Amino acid sequence: MTIDDRDGRPRGEPRRMATAAGARPTSRDLERYDGLFAARTKVMKSSAMRDLMALTERGDIISLAGGLPDTASFPPESFAAIMGAVAADSCARSLQYAPTEGLTTLKGCIAEVMAEEGTKIDPDDVLVTTGGQQVIDLVCKTLVDPGDVVIAEAPTYPGAVPTFCSYEADVVQISLDGDGMRIDELEDTLDALHRDGRRPKFIYTVPTFQNPAGTTMSLPRRKRLVEVVRERELLVLEDNPYGLLRYEGDPLPTLHSLDGGDFVIYLGTFSKILSPGVRLGWSVGPRPVLEKMNLGKQASDLCSSSLTQHFVAAYFAGGRWQDYVHSLKEIYRRRRDVMLDALADCFGADASWTHPQGGLFIWATLPDYIDTTDLLARALDEHVAFVPGRAAFLDGRGSSSMRLNFSGVGEADIREGVRRIGEVVREQIELYGTLTGSHPVVAPAEPAPAAPDPKLADVLQLPAPERRRRDARGG
Amino acid sequence: MSRVAVLKGGRSLERQVSLKSGARVQDALELNGHSVVGIDVGHDLVQRLLDATPDVAFVALHGRDGEDGTVQELLEAVGIRYTGSGVSACIRCADKVLAKHHMLDAGIPTPDFFAFNETAFKELGAGDALPAIERRLRFPIVVKPAGQGSALGIKFAAAPADLAGALVAAFSYGDKVLLERHVHGRDLAVSVIDGEALPVVEAVPRGEDFYDFEARYEIGRTTFICPAELPQQVAGHAQQLALDVWRVLGCRGFARVDLMLDAESGELTVLEADTVPGMTDTSLLPLAADAAGIPFDELIERVLELALR
Repeated sequence: MTIDDRDGRPRGEPRRMATAAGARPTSRDLERYDGLFAARTKVMKSSAMRDLMALTERGDIISLAGGLPDTASFPPESFAAIMGAVAADSCARSLQYAPTEGLTTLKGCIAEVMAEEGTKIDPDDVLVTTGGQQVIDLVCKTLVDPGDVVIAEAPTYPGAVPTFCSYEADVVQISLDGDGMRIDELEDTLDALHRDGRRPKFIYTVPTFQNPAGTTMSLPRRKRLVEVVRERELLVLEDNPYGLLRYEGDPLPTLHSLDGGDFVIYLGTFSKILSPGVRLGWSVGPRPVLEKMNLGKQASDLCSSSLTQHFVAAYFAGGRWQDYVHSLKEIYRRRRDVMLDALADCFGADASWTHPQGGLFIWATLPDYIDTTDLLARALDEHVAFVPGRAAFLDGRGSSSMRLNFSGVGEADIREGVRRIGEVVREQIELYGTLTGSHPVVAPAEPAPAAPDPKLADVLQLPAPERRRRDARGG
Repeated sequence: MSRVAVLKGGRSLERQVSLKSGARVQDALELNGHSVVGIDVGHDLVQRLLDATPDVAFVALHGRDGEDGTVQELLEAVGIRYTGSGVSACIRCADKVLAKHHMLDAGIPTPDFFAFNETAFKELGAGDALPAIERRLRFPIVVKPAGQGSALGIKFAAAPADLAGALVAAFSYGDKVLLERHVHGRDLAVSVIDGEALPVVEAVPRGEDFYDFEARYEIGRTTFICPAELPQQVAGHAQQLALDVWRVLGCRGFARVDLMLDAESGELTVLEADTVPGMTDTSLLPLAADAAGIPFDELIERVLELALR
């Protein structure tokens, strides 16, 4: 007997019930359904990693692993007042279905949010979705056939990985540095794919305060990326959940605003500026693409919650949404600074980490002989957790890095959490020193996307190799 | 019919697997007509056991606490009978190093090894012994935590430069680490119920590099074959070794013994024994029982009866 992909039993042999004759089958007897599962359900990530991550949710753990906004800062009396207004003004409508593309009033709010970042859009071009995550799903549903290439950053948002996998995409990851995605590497990769007769369907990027790296794509790279996709007629999925959470530096234009919306599908969300509990995100993109996504959404869930759409619309009608974002920024800026200070105190010379100008995450990289998946097991003993870097790669890279979140826990816990992680790191470094007879202060494993390298600005100006050759011939 | 407390979950790294095993065991017990209470093992374990007053506890708790004799000791203390091995067998099996020493003493073949705790490296200069160990075990060397049940922390050092990192990783899971000669060959498992060996299961990593250890423990990347396609004599020998291990380590109820079949020499060696084997729908012991014509419900009933005997 072979327990294989589809069916645990030899071909042709009738399936015998695992339970005693006459007994009621139980829903947990998974093997009975195994033959019914689609091939795409077989694409699963390492169970060891998943089991480890499940432990980070234990109550007695300081978890720097999450990506949670601090919803405790939202005033309960505001919540009550908004819900009261929804009940008074739109009780029946908020209990009814909404149009698939979303409520008109909410689309106006979305245009307002995007204008805050300097991106002007027509509210008619908005598709309201059930969280930003649904945009990733709908874009894959619309564009990806099994085996199609999707380009992502290395590291990429860990939550996008299962979505790509469930559509059986072939994900190719492009390195990041302090200036965001390496566009030179992107162009080389596109050339190589072109030579193999493969055209990627879209390029997935979180250009601003990237999850997990915390880096921001520089303006020259943004411009070049937009040029590249225009030249090659590819789509970009610009995932921008954190753009308004900037704690320092000047805002940069979104890819959507640089491109005018021809080749950029924009993903926005209320999760980080108001609440992930309302499960509302949106997409703005080329109309033909958005129409297909709309059909896909109809098939998925008909519409996003009318109740929360009315809630958000009523909240925006109050005219104070920017104040709340401002208060969040104050909280998160302090927490970021506390984490950066704690890292400097506790990680010292043994590690490097990013200095995000906004968003929720810091990416730290340790010496290459430390495996952060194993380190997490040790850290859990000290009741502290982070996301091992491997979760952000599909190819086994990232094993010496970790993602640290500073938005979801208070300042004291951040300090204590980083202190505990620093302690186990130091322990391992000392042990390694003992084992190798040295006391290494080793440079971090991979070039962590830290401070922008001025030399890289030049990289951007380099034409793509293929074009260079063409130019050479032309000249 | 009995009142049964199913102990599951807990705080070990194998919590998720244990929750799955426990849920499936609970279903089977309910189908068999028992009155069942599931206990996610935590601070209130003893109190909950005292409140539930079960006739018997079904230990479906993997990893730390469940397999190292801790929970068994508590059950002894409060006078509740339980499934599987007793305290001493759990202690011997949960510590892979101790288990291997017992095997060696009894003449049961197990891959050559060395084991040290962190203190040996920190205070006794054990690092200086590594070259000698490398010469004796020869690369590649398997490095694993002595007390960790799942695949986590198992590293494969192909060259001297890998060894320190592998040791650091393994020490993340516990105080004692095992360096073991790597056997190039086939992964076999023999489950034992009440001193009776079930058909041999083989785990075959699918289309992966032989050295890719991760592959062996990722869902969908390993195929399990039962009964393993082995000459009858080899299968019989594997079963006999499993029974020898069972006896030497003093197991009770049920257990699973993992072995390697060397591709070149054809030699069988025993890696370890597991006193609380997985009971999920992809676990090896239920698979082997099924191949022997024992449906899951019947398997659970037998394990329960053995505890009440």
